[in-house]
Amino acid sequence: MKEFKILAVIIALVGITYYGIEPYAHSVMHPEVAAADFTFKDVKNVDTSLAGNAENGKVLVEANCIACHAIESASHPQMMPNADAAAAYGVTPPDLSHAGRIYDKNYLANFIFDPVSAMHLQHKFGPDTGKTFPMPSYNWMTPQEIMDVVAYLQSIAPKVAEGKEGHKVTFEAACGRCHSMKYAGIEATTPTENLKTYMGATPPDLSQHIKSRGEHYLHSFINDPQVLLHGTAMPRVGLTEEAQEEVITYMEEIGDSKKAERETVGLWVMLYSVVFALFAFLWKRKIWEEVH
Amino acid sequence: MMDESRRGFIGKAFGAVAAVGGIASLIAMKKTWDPLPSVMSAGFTTVDVSGLEANKLEVVVWRGKPVFILKYTEDMKPTDGRSVKVGDHYFSVMIGLCTHLGCIPGYEKDTKIFKCACHGGEYSADGKQTFGPPPRPLDIPPFKIDGVTLVLGEEGPEYKAMTAKA
Amino acid sequence: MAEFKKANSMGEWFDQRLGVVNFSKVMMTEYWIPKEINFLWAMGMILAVMFKLLLISGIFLLMYYKPDVNMAFDSVNYTIMQDVAYGWLFRHIHAVGASVIFLIIYIHMFTGIYYGSYKKGREMIWISGMLLFMLFSAEGFSGYMLPWGQMSYWAAYVITEIFGGIPVIGGDLVVWIRGNFYVADATLTRFFMLHVLLIPLAILGAIAFHFYALRFPHVNNESGEFFDYEEEAEKFKAGDKKGAKVIPFWPVFLSKDVFVLGVFLIFFFYLVFFHYGFAMDPINFDKADGLKTPAHIYPEWYFLWSYEVLRGWFFEIAGVSGKDLGLMAFGFANAIFLVMPWLDRSPMVKPANQRPYFKYWFWLMIADLMVLTEFGKLPPTGPNAWVGFGASLTFLVLFIALPFITKAEAKKVGGK
Repeated sequence: MKEFKILAVIIALVGITYYGIEPYAHSVMHPEVAAADFTFKDVKNVDTSLAGNAENGKVLVEANCIACHAIESASHPQMMPNADAAAAYGVTPPDLSHAGRIYDKNYLANFIFDPVSAMHLQHKFGPDTGKTFPMPSYNWMTPQEIMDVVAYLQSIAPKVAEGKEGHKVTFEAACGRCHSMKYAGIEATTPTENLKTYMGATPPDLSQHIKSRGEHYLHSFINDPQVLLHGTAMPRVGLTEEAQEEVITYMEEIGDSKKAERETVGLWVMLYSVVFALFAFLWKRKIWEEVH
Repeated sequence: MMDESRRGFIGKAFGAVAAVGGIASLIAMKKTWDPLPSVMSAGFTTVDVSGLEANKLEVVVWRGKPVFILKYTEDMKPTDGRSVKVGDHYFSVMIGLCTHLGCIPGYEKDTKIFKCACHGGEYSADGKQTFGPPPRPLDIPPFKIDGVTLVLGEEGPEYKAMTAKA
Repeated sequence: MAEFKKANSMGEWFDQRLGVVNFSKVMMTEYWIPKEINFLWAMGMILAVMFKLLLISGIFLLMYYKPDVNMAFDSVNYTIMQDVAYGWLFRHIHAVGASVIFLIIYIHMFTGIYYGSYKKGREMIWISGMLLFMLFSAEGFSGYMLPWGQMSYWAAYVITEIFGGIPVIGGDLVVWIRGNFYVADATLTRFFMLHVLLIPLAILGAIAFHFYALRFPHVNNESGEFFDYEEEAEKFKAGDKKGAKVIPFWPVFLSKDVFVLGVFLIFFFYLVFFHYGFAMDPINFDKADGLKTPAHIYPEWYFLWSYEVLRGWFFEIAGVSGKDLGLMAFGFANAIFLVMPWLDRSPMVKPANQRPYFKYWFWLMIADLMVLTEFGKLPPTGPNAWVGFGASLTFLVLFIALPFITKAEAKKVGGK
């Protein structure tokens, strides 16, 4: 009984200390922020309830977008190599093949209307910064026209494979223009030198971000970087919840590839430890019978 | 008796010889731990500031850190305790790491401010924080003025006078 | 030397050459431990096992680790964690083990203080134990640098910077320790050497010394009672196993140790596989960058209390800067436990709770260390800074007052 009392005291003291230096200290250093919003309801320049016409959207896209953007899935190849594109625009313009799938509809429509306000980058490309975002605002289009473009982009977005391969496609489309992922052999499509000028600093390699930032942080950070890192040069990219899940899953598949093995082996080792302790107890009892 | 003391003397002398060897080896070991000559010489960065262009940021690396050197134009006013006079011109000499989280701010020629891209902190040309999260002005590295050259890493009288004021 | 007879068995063959029979008596079956003990007496054995786990996992990590600022991070986080079969397991055991061993060291150490196991002949046990604590601290600190993450870098930067506060030689000393003006490749390689060779060698020596120091004064027991070991051992050997106050190390003492170890391992492996964040800080999965300071810099949890003693002094008193005061307090805090046997001036060897004054001192000291540990991690702003100062001051006062408290206690008890 006395031993249990001692154990209880130790567990209490260690527990209090642990609570203080781990959960509590971390909650002080990283306060909770507003929940991620995957409807992007703060941007409402375009009435997204309108039904888009993909046929008309195709015409609009071919007239307005493909001068800068490749759309491989609709057989519009890249106009120039990445290095030249980055030199011309500051950053390589995205291929729009996956845009209709990975970007939220509301976000995409409002992005076309005014990219800077959708990305929450007014501090970087606002009127008094002297800098302009490489893509112009298409605020002269009617809401119907914008929704037609969105409908077209949604119609041409190819389905991706299940599992790691598909996650990789989503990751590259969503993050790969600025971020490298060394452990997956992925290099940002924009050359480092251009990125440095365009972003102010080299965007980090994402190989270990699943560990250094954690799923919880990434969940709200990717949704809107300004919430957790006010003033950052990273734009809000407007991923749908599914696309963001795929990105985070991919980061885990690359950055913590042994997770499944760890959890299985962990269970077996703990089970073994219980058996070990049990036998140790029986042995101890037998030996101590003689001396008590 | 004679023998005893002689043995004592020999013992002590041998002890002394052994101690000399031991101390000599310790000195050698201490020196092995010393920073390499190449590291030591890299610890002092000499910059000739006579050729610098006004209002154009010069970045030199000193002890693994970027150091900003900015020559003032005629109409930029020097700040007491922050601006450095070399020859006839005033300069800002500062460690180019944002005092918020250590990003490297960029210099904007037109507005004459340093702007940190990471979290939007801003500094005036003399390195005082003017906007955003930075808690204090950009740090000033120890320097010595030697004619038209700046020696970073040595504490000259001008540097001492500046730190005494701060 | 007597002539060798032809041995009749393998055991005899070895006994002739190595004296194994006598040796195993001295080390195992007739090494006497008091019977009146609780599970806290098993902490020493747990520490020995933990050290072995660290040694073995360290050997495997050493096979793939590259001590070079350009390669270290990837060799750990890619090669070891994701490429080498079970490399992740060895790293988790090593990282979590290094953290948990300090928990056990602290329990072991405070058990010693609680039961007064550092006086009346047991001074050298205590001192050799504190020596081990210091060596393990150095081992933990040097090892934390090796993954070359952001926290590795900046903790190393901040801690080595502390030496800069030493008068006159401070500045040069910092450069000498680092081998450069900042934490650089030279720093990594020399700390690597310390971590994998010099300090482990010293630890092995200190462990042997610690065990040896136990031999003469014998292990303390739960009530602090002194008895004649020879006499009790004779009783045991004569067959009065129940009446004897001693038990042999093997198998009786060890059987209890192994059971406690078994329970501990369940807890330990849970941490290794499922709850390792406290020992493998997320920030350390960002590669070291000397040009970018993390938002919060803090040492590993086991250094937090002394780090807070250092940080608690943030303002000038009587012309001495806060930095210097902190450094002095830090030096005091790290040295003071070593002289514990001489601070406790009461000759009583009893559990703290049976000592009229010491019990208050003991629990206050534990509470103060907990406060220091907690506030050592929190950002030192606003009221936190004052709590830190208060706790740091309390720590100093507690240890300065200890001789007076125990002297008064001795008087009170003696007068009874």
